[in-house]
Amino acid sequence: MTSIRKWQVGESLPEVTLAPVSRLDLIKYAGASGDYNPIHTIDEEAKKAGLPGIIAHGMWTMGNLAKLFTPYYEEGFVQDYFVRFQSMVFLNDVITLKAMVKEKDEKAIRFAVAAVNQHGKEVIKGEAVFSLYE
Amino acid sequence: MYQNDIGKRSAKVKNVVERGAVKKFAEAIGDLSPIYWDEETGKRSRYGRNIAPPTFPRVFDYGVIEGLKLPSKGLIHGEQHFHYERPLFVGEELYCYAEVKDYYEKQSSMGLLGFLVIANNGEDADGRLLFTSTSTIIINEAVRKAMSV
Repeated sequence: MTSIRKWQVGESLPEVTLAPVSRLDLIKYAGASGDYNPIHTIDEEAKKAGLPGIIAHGMWTMGNLAKLFTPYYEEGFVQDYFVRFQSMVFLNDVITLKAMVKEKDEKAIRFAVAAVNQHGKEVIKGEAVFSLYE
Repeated sequence: MYQNDIGKRSAKVKNVVERGAVKKFAEAIGDLSPIYWDEETGKRSRYGRNIAPPTFPRVFDYGVIEGLKLPSKGLIHGEQHFHYERPLFVGEELYCYAEVKDYYEKQSSMGLLGFLVIANNGEDADGRLLFTSTSTIIINEAVRKAMSV
């Protein structure tokens, strides 16, 4: 198991690329989260809302992005996690999850985080502070 | 239009970090680490038990803020911030409530946009704050006009 402390400012955690977004992914997230807004699951409702098709829950993407930190819970925890939802995620989009070290000291590591689609566009972008145990 | 709602809160609602709900949520975001669901892994961890993923508070019931009327459609989730004192433990009881933190308007290329900031908070049984999940909701001009009719 690698330590989260080994990464230096400017270095990135290993990227994760998700399988193309499927309707089932969004149906599962709707059920697990309780967010049944139909623009995320039903084509006609998305079209009525002026969208070209169903879009992923922003929180689905944000939830996925946080898993970059999951291997390191023995060393600390996600103390702060902020994102701005910048662009919509559609069916079949291929999302890549990224986290780069911006600052670090003995108490915490601050990451720039982003989820990027297959066109290189940042769909969500923000920051995470991973607090380190002594 | 929501200026008068700033500071309003819901009554606290007791929630449990349910084992099955955590597992289902972790699966739905493809975060398959056994730290969330395998009891042995939880016991051997520094926490001595299973924990919940950081975006899990989406599932809790935060009660109803009396008098706050939100449109049922057309809301855009603009920003989201989670702050934690520590990870949440599977099985623990939390007391959750929502609070209107702020409302402001900004002119944009899409017209006048409203920004409503709502904090969803979770405390332990002793009233210590464990997490705050703050959402900024964008309300566009068409939706606001429809609301004020």
